[in-house]
Amino acid sequence: MATLESPAAVSLQEAPAAAGRRPAVEVAHLRKTYGTLVAVDDVSFTVAEGEIFGILGPNGAGKTTAIECAIGLRRPDAGTIRLLGLDPHADPDQVHEIVGVQLQSGALPAKLRVGEILEEYRSFYRDPADMAELLDVLGLVAKRGDYYRSLSGGQRQRLSIALALIGRPRIAVLDEMTTGLDPQARRDTWELIEQIRDRGVTIVLVTHFMEEAERLCDRVALIDHGRVVALDTPARLATQARGGKTVRFLPSAPFEDRLLTGLPEVSWVEREGQHVVVTGTGELVNAVILALHAAGVTARDVQLDSSNLEDAFVKLTGKNLHTEGVLA
Amino acid sequence: MSAFGQVVRNEARLVRRQPTNMIGSIGLPVVLMIIFGELPSFHQPVPGYGGLILFDTYVPIIMVLGLTMLTLLGLPGPLVSYRELGILRRLSTTPVPPSWLLAAQVVVQLCIALAGLAIVNIASVAAFGAPVPKSPGGLALSCLLAIGGLFALGLLIAALAPTANSVNVIGRLALIPLLFFAGLWLPRALMPAVLLDISNYTPLGAAVEAIQGSVQTGFPPATPLLVLAGYTLVFAFLARRFFRWE
Repeated sequence: MATLESPAAVSLQEAPAAAGRRPAVEVAHLRKTYGTLVAVDDVSFTVAEGEIFGILGPNGAGKTTAIECAIGLRRPDAGTIRLLGLDPHADPDQVHEIVGVQLQSGALPAKLRVGEILEEYRSFYRDPADMAELLDVLGLVAKRGDYYRSLSGGQRQRLSIALALIGRPRIAVLDEMTTGLDPQARRDTWELIEQIRDRGVTIVLVTHFMEEAERLCDRVALIDHGRVVALDTPARLATQARGGKTVRFLPSAPFEDRLLTGLPEVSWVEREGQHVVVTGTGELVNAVILALHAAGVTARDVQLDSSNLEDAFVKLTGKNLHTEGVLA
Repeated sequence: MSAFGQVVRNEARLVRRQPTNMIGSIGLPVVLMIIFGELPSFHQPVPGYGGLILFDTYVPIIMVLGLTMLTLLGLPGPLVSYRELGILRRLSTTPVPPSWLLAAQVVVQLCIALAGLAIVNIASVAAFGAPVPKSPGGLALSCLLAIGGLFALGLLIAALAPTANSVNVIGRLALIPLLFFAGLWLPRALMPAVLLDISNYTPLGAAVEAIQGSVQTGFPPATPLLVLAGYTLVFAFLARRFFRWE
């Protein structure tokens, strides 16, 4: 894990995953080199069950290599990986049953029909998904009898996601799932991912679109040069990148979020156990304390984090987070 | 249906829907057989071949021609394109290993190979009066060993070719010398001693010799059978050594 001398160090530590849920994915100190090239230097993260977790970073940052190690496609030089407690290199068969994967740029035979492909992959699993239902969820019902080569880019991508889900995985790993899609197809795919998560599937998304991460992910790990340079909720990452601030405190009494979300200074309100985390701009602390006071609530254990992720990112990598993240 | 059955079924569908390789490995030999069977010049006796006419000596050549087209182009082509398209990689994330796809290809291509060999062999006897094989067992063994050597060569090409296009280049380049020593342009009966010696130790020369012997004299001599078995082992070893799944 990268360390910083600036106050940003506080926010670079992993935010706690949603309380009470056991980890679906645990990656610790992953390292992978090719000769002298260090693809993944030191990557650690934990994904809670039912979470949508994003891995964000510029091209060549090591995202795909890290994820390929995590699912057992590549053997890392160092580090430990557990997927629902299983080591993908020691128990590949069990892992393949519970982890569905959509790899970047994977095509299929041109002259097989959608239904034929799904039927084949369905037969690989002990307890597969219902094909008709999956086709319906993915909007491919009308395409069932069509050749793969006649599908549009968006339909191919959805079929690829369908193949990742056909074994009814507990964890779905999706690498650059919306790259090359038009904006509408991208939004449709995002909706689909949320539906899948609502069925209890843990989702790990690899992306280089900030917008995608912001819309979908509960938490995001920002990777550059093979290291996790930031790990937090997208709201907080984004706000920090824009120069925002975070106030964390323990309220003396319960209150409703809208007490604070209505304030012009406040962008987001989140709860971490008993603590409340408010993200925003301007005179955030004053505004929050005054609003709480008016409602008869006292804020205790107040921590202010005014770090700027973009500053931190530039300091760490010499790159600009936004331009690298979007244009890469 | 079992998972392997499903994989084989889809591979068979793909072969049926892209019949180029079936045309090369069954259609072309059948067409050649009909042309050669109708040409009067192919009905002249070949000196020193016990009354066999030229057509009879071409039947084994046509048989191995179809087999070679199949294994140099039809077998490695799909495998290399599956690697190129990331299908083998995708499979390695499922409970089914990518080697099943290779095995399914071998099963499907084997069916085509056997069909091609049987069609040419039976039709040449039934329609064009070629001699009935003296040793059906020897013929079957010769064909199986020829299939072994050539399939292993096809898998070696699949291991070495980086792209589906390069399979075509490698396959076509290998096809010419292999078929020359099979006697396609100059029948083995008419080859000078030096060429015949070389031919005896090439995969197709040995295959033609073994098939010809089974038809004409009885159980084939050990040398061509051992040559074919040797090629099978060497090519299979090299294919396994160099095959990449991604």
